[in-house]
Amino acid sequence: MSMRSDAVSLPSRFDFIRLEGFLVLPVLILAGFAFMAIFAGVLAPHDPEVGTLAARFRPPAWEVGGSTEHLLGTDHLGRDVLSRLIFGARVSMVVGFTAVIVAGAIGTGLGIVSGYLGGWVDQVIMRITDTWLALPALTFAIFLAAIVGPNEVNIVIILGAVYWTRYARVIRGEVLSLKEREFVRLAIVAGCSKRTIMARHILPNVLNSAIVLGTLMLGVVIVTEASLSFLGVGVPPPKPAWGLMLADGKRGLMVGYWWLTVLPGSCIMLMVLSANLLGDWLRVKLDPQLRQL
Amino acid sequence: MTHYIARRLAYSLLSLFLLSLTIFLFVRVTGDPAVLFVEPGASQADLDAVREQFGLDQPLWVQYVSFIASLARGDLGQSFYYRTPVFELYLSRLPNSLLLALAAMAFSLLIGIPSGILAAVRVGRFWDGVGKVFSLLGLSLPSFWVGLVLILFFSVYLEWLPSSGSGTALHLLMPAFALGWYFAAAHMRLTRSSMLEVLGSEYIKLARLKGLPESLVIAKHAFKNALIPVLTLAGINLVIMINVAVVVETVFAWPGIGRLLYEGITFRDFPVVQAVVLLGGGMIVAVNLLIDILYAVIDPRIRLEA
Repeated sequence: MSMRSDAVSLPSRFDFIRLEGFLVLPVLILAGFAFMAIFAGVLAPHDPEVGTLAARFRPPAWEVGGSTEHLLGTDHLGRDVLSRLIFGARVSMVVGFTAVIVAGAIGTGLGIVSGYLGGWVDQVIMRITDTWLALPALTFAIFLAAIVGPNEVNIVIILGAVYWTRYARVIRGEVLSLKEREFVRLAIVAGCSKRTIMARHILPNVLNSAIVLGTLMLGVVIVTEASLSFLGVGVPPPKPAWGLMLADGKRGLMVGYWWLTVLPGSCIMLMVLSANLLGDWLRVKLDPQLRQL
Repeated sequence: MTHYIARRLAYSLLSLFLLSLTIFLFVRVTGDPAVLFVEPGASQADLDAVREQFGLDQPLWVQYVSFIASLARGDLGQSFYYRTPVFELYLSRLPNSLLLALAAMAFSLLIGIPSGILAAVRVGRFWDGVGKVFSLLGLSLPSFWVGLVLILFFSVYLEWLPSSGSGTALHLLMPAFALGWYFAAAHMRLTRSSMLEVLGSEYIKLARLKGLPESLVIAKHAFKNALIPVLTLAGINLVIMINVAVVVETVFAWPGIGRLLYEGITFRDFPVVQAVVLLGGGMIVAVNLLIDILYAVIDPRIRLEA
C-alpha cells in the first residue's frame, strides 16, 4: 500500500548527484556547527536567554544603528542574536542526533525482528509500519506533542516515535535477503538461538544501512524539530532553538527586521543541506544496495 | 480483479483500524485524557463531566468501541474555541486547503516537469547540473524559510504581494510557491529518471531509426509515457500537500486545515488536533487504495499477480 506513498516521504535522496568534489564543504559546515554547539558557553558573547529591553531590535553591526556590542543584532526582547544562534546549534544538534538514534534503534530492532522471524510477527509489525507511514509525519508529531506536552526530552521521543518506520522498512528488506545467506544458515546449524543470530550475525550486517539512513534522516529530523518549535509545540521558550527564533522573528518581519528570520533560517538551511549531502555521499560510498533507495 | 480489490480494501480497513487504535491509545495511555478534552482552566466538576461523557472509567475496549461509533457518525467532538462540531469546521476549511494544494501542485508541475525533461535530454551536461543543484535546494530548504524570505522580498521590500490572508489570486501566489517548492524538486527528479528510462527503451530507438526528428521523439513518444509515474506521484502528493501545509499556512495566515491545526495547538483545542490527524491519515489511506485500484484497472499484470 504505502510503497508508493513513501516515495515522497522517504528521506531526501539525490540519487544522481556525484558529490565527491563538494564533500569538503558540508563536512566543514557540520564540524563548524558541532564546534559551536560544544563550545557555545565560551563562544557566545552574551547570555542567550536574557536581554535588555532598552536594546531591542538592534540591527547587525554593519547596518546603520548597529554596534559591535551585538554583532548580529538583537531580537524583540533585546537578546543577542549571535549568542542565540550559537546556543541554537546545540539544541538542533542534540535533538537531531538523539532523535535519529532513538528512531534508528526502534526501527532497526523492529526491522530485524520482523524480517528474521517472519510469519505473524512480521505481519503485525509491517502493518503498523504501513499505517504509521500513512500518517503525515509533521501532523502526527504535532498531535503527539499536544498530548505529552513539549519539552526537549519529549521532542526526541516524539521524533523517534514518528520516524522509526523508515528504518524498519529498509532494514527488514535487508534482513530478508541476509537470512538466506550461508553464514546465517551455518549459525542455525551450529545451534545458535534466534536471539543470538539476530544480535550477533544479522545486526552487524545491517548497521551500515542504519547509519546511512540515519544520516539521511538527520536533515528531515532537524527540519521537523524546527517546524515544531516554530509552531510552538517544540522546544519551549526562552530556550534558543532556531525554529523558535524564526517564530519570534515573524514579529519584526513586516517592518524589515530581516536578521531575525534570515539568520536562523539560514542556519537551519545550511545544517540540513550539509546533512543531506553527507548522507547521500555516504549512501553511495558505504552501501551499494541503498543506491536504489 | 474483484479478489484483488477485495484484498486491497481489507488492507485499507485494517490500516484505518490501526490508525484509529494508535490515536485512541496514545491519548489514553500517555496521561489523563480528561485533561485534554476539557477547556484549559476548567473546574473539577467539568473534569468529572468529561470522564462521565467519554466513559473514561470504563474498560479500554468499551471506550474504543464508543470512540469508533462516534467516528462512524462523523462525530469528532466539539471545538472549544469555535463552539462548533469539529467535523464541520474541518469541512469548512477543506476547500481553502484544496485550493492552496492545487495551486502548489500547478507550480510544482510547471517547474518540475520541464526541468526534469531538460535534465534528461541533456543528461550529464550543463542543464542537468543546474537541475541537480535545484533539486538539492528544493529538498533541503524548509518551507517556512522559503515562505519567510518570500514575504521579506515581495511584501516588505518590493511591496508587490500581500504577506498574509486570502481572497485574491495574489494572496495565493507566495504560499503556493512555498508549498510547491519541495514537491517541484521531487517531481523534477521523477520526471528525469522516468524520461531516462523511457529514452533508453526499444521503441524510442525504433522511432529514431525510422528518422523521426528528435523533438518529435521526445515530445510525442517519450514524454507521454514518462508522464504516467509523475502524474501518479502528483496525485498522492496533492493529498499530502493538504496535510503538510501547516507551516506554510501558519506563515501566510492561510485559512486552511493546517491553520486550523495551528489554532488547535495554540488555543489548546485538543478535539481539533485529534480530528486533523485522524482525517489526514484516513485521507491518505483512501488515496492509496484508490491508486492501487486504478493501477489494477490499467495494468493487467498487477491484477493477475494478486
